[in-house]
Amino acid sequence: MTQTHFFNAFASARSSSDPVWLNRIKESARERFTQLGFPTMRDEEWRYTNVTRFEETPFHSASFFPELSQVQIKPFSFGAVNWPTLVFVNGRFVPELSSSPKNHKGLYIGSLHQALVSNPKLLEAHLNRYAKQDAFTALNAAFVKEGALIYLPEEETVNEPIHLIFVSASSGQNALIQPRNLIVAGPKSKATVVESYVAINGTTYFTNSVTEILAGEEANIDYYKIQREGTEAFHIGTTQVELQRAAAFNSVSVSLGARLSRHNVNVRLGAEDAQCELNGLYLGSGVQHMDHHTFVDHPKPRGTSHQLYKGILSGEASGVFSGKIFVREGAQKTDAHQTNKNLLLSEKATADTRPQLEILADDVQCTHGAAVGQLDESVIFYLKTRGIGFEAARRILCYGFAKEVIERIKIPAISEELDRLILSQFSDPVYWEH
Amino acid sequence: MLEIKNLHVSIEGKEILKGIDLKIGAGHIHAIMGPNGSGKSTLTQVLAGNEAYTVTKGEVIYQGKNLLEMSPEKRAREGIFLAFQYPVEIPGVSNAYFLRAALNEIRVSKGLDEIDAVDFLTFLKEKMKLVEMDPSFIHRAVNEGFSGGEKKRNEILQMAILEPTLAILDETDSGLDIDALKIVAAGVNKLRSPERATLVVTHYQRLLNYIVPDFIHVLVDGRIMKSGHKELAFQLEEKGYDWVREGV
Repeated sequence: MTQTHFFNAFASARSSSDPVWLNRIKESARERFTQLGFPTMRDEEWRYTNVTRFEETPFHSASFFPELSQVQIKPFSFGAVNWPTLVFVNGRFVPELSSSPKNHKGLYIGSLHQALVSNPKLLEAHLNRYAKQDAFTALNAAFVKEGALIYLPEEETVNEPIHLIFVSASSGQNALIQPRNLIVAGPKSKATVVESYVAINGTTYFTNSVTEILAGEEANIDYYKIQREGTEAFHIGTTQVELQRAAAFNSVSVSLGARLSRHNVNVRLGAEDAQCELNGLYLGSGVQHMDHHTFVDHPKPRGTSHQLYKGILSGEASGVFSGKIFVREGAQKTDAHQTNKNLLLSEKATADTRPQLEILADDVQCTHGAAVGQLDESVIFYLKTRGIGFEAARRILCYGFAKEVIERIKIPAISEELDRLILSQFSDPVYWEH
Repeated sequence: MLEIKNLHVSIEGKEILKGIDLKIGAGHIHAIMGPNGSGKSTLTQVLAGNEAYTVTKGEVIYQGKNLLEMSPEKRAREGIFLAFQYPVEIPGVSNAYFLRAALNEIRVSKGLDEIDAVDFLTFLKEKMKLVEMDPSFIHRAVNEGFSGGEKKRNEILQMAILEPTLAILDETDSGLDIDALKIVAAGVNKLRSPERATLVVTHYQRLLNYIVPDFIHVLVDGRIMKSGHKELAFQLEEKGYDWVREGV
């Protein structure tokens, strides 16, 4: 174990002003991380993603917090003006840039750190209760300090999407930014949560985020994660979801930025009739590496999980999808499907795909499939015979490939913005130079 | 309008077309009939510019220009349209998006302004009525999950929108029931004009009851064995293609 440079930081992460239970979480997470260390490629879960350089990089918690203006945040707001929005700059909550509805009847959309004072019982009951303790979630927990807390009381519906914007701004070389989010949705509540990761003047920094979501009985959560980190950034994110009876969770994870990124989505359908839909889109170019992992755990009957992840990789980019569906004994009438499709646009781009099924119940419907292909010449010819030139034809095909995932985002402001972003990427001649 | 002279075409070293001569004048409908494997589809693909085929000899002149030197998209912009025997599916790309992109490429090449999304939608709906397509097809991905007949109708819809000078229909009648056949034929007949020409490729005489050709050519083993007027279709129907082969 050579994470020596973290030890001093660990010491300061413990805070005398924090409650005992929180320091206990930090303490045990620290032990856990020290024991595990960063994974290597010998680790089955990290076979395709090399994070060994993390070991040598002297990451340190971000300590510089520039003042940003609304104008600087606006490009990341999807043109929305009335969404409840929480802005974090280099991990620190910035109330001046944020706007959230009045916290009434217990509804809370705000800073997790502030909630230590206002909602300590809620945090103590749920924080760090759901996330699996791997090296990165442990590293996050060891430093847990700030992020978003969303609490939806029973039957509460928040109509506008709740937007969490994590900005890295001149964070300095090797800054470590570790947002920690908790979403507790009461029975029959309903909301859309959007997580944006963006950069202004990005250097080599490392975002290690964890979001835990508990969806109560019949709650309905739509969750969109848009990763647009800086080109030199590392991004590791884990979204851990616990679903209670007949709860529904729909997610779309879009990866556009970062030098190396990974998004783990782990869902446990912890009671009957829960359902989830997990979608992902990764567009890698240059030397980007994008890794998406899913783990869907079906311990109870009549759960539904549908997954669709698609990747478009150009240049020397590499994409990874690894998804596991685990249907436990007794999880009868489970309906679980998983599809991963990759489009390679150059000879040096690569895609690794590992769909996995483990089924211990006998009355289930489960399928999985994976494909890696190139632009279809016969379709390009067809488009050409309609007057559409080669450049436009391949742009249309790539767009069509991505569209299937983008159209699963139910907020037009977001899907239209993504349409524009990716179409302009596919229109850029530089994108196609290899 | 189109003149094919001594056209020889191979694919993967195998000669499919062995010297085709054909002249199509403006205002005319020509039909090419022939048994399976005679080279009918190959001819349509070569005219559309499919690079999988190699022209080993001969030339094709379209409106005074060397067609074989043009890219497929250039040919389309110059007014050539091929209705495919097997239209391809384009997942994720809606019919409206695709058709507008195609129409605008052609308009821009002619120095016209692009048509905006709202005007296009009105135009598209009008044309869809013509081929009796349900408006739900506007937003469906091109040909994805379409039945055979729906795909063929979608080809005719594209033709109606792009208004080609030379339309080439490759076995558009195969897999169509009689009602669909009538709709497709009506779409083709609507485009009939003294400035335009149509080349209909078919295995059966049936389609020619609805799209009445001015000339019929019989293609067997890569050569046009017989040419004549519409009566030839009835003779073929009666006597079969062997009759043409034996006549040589």
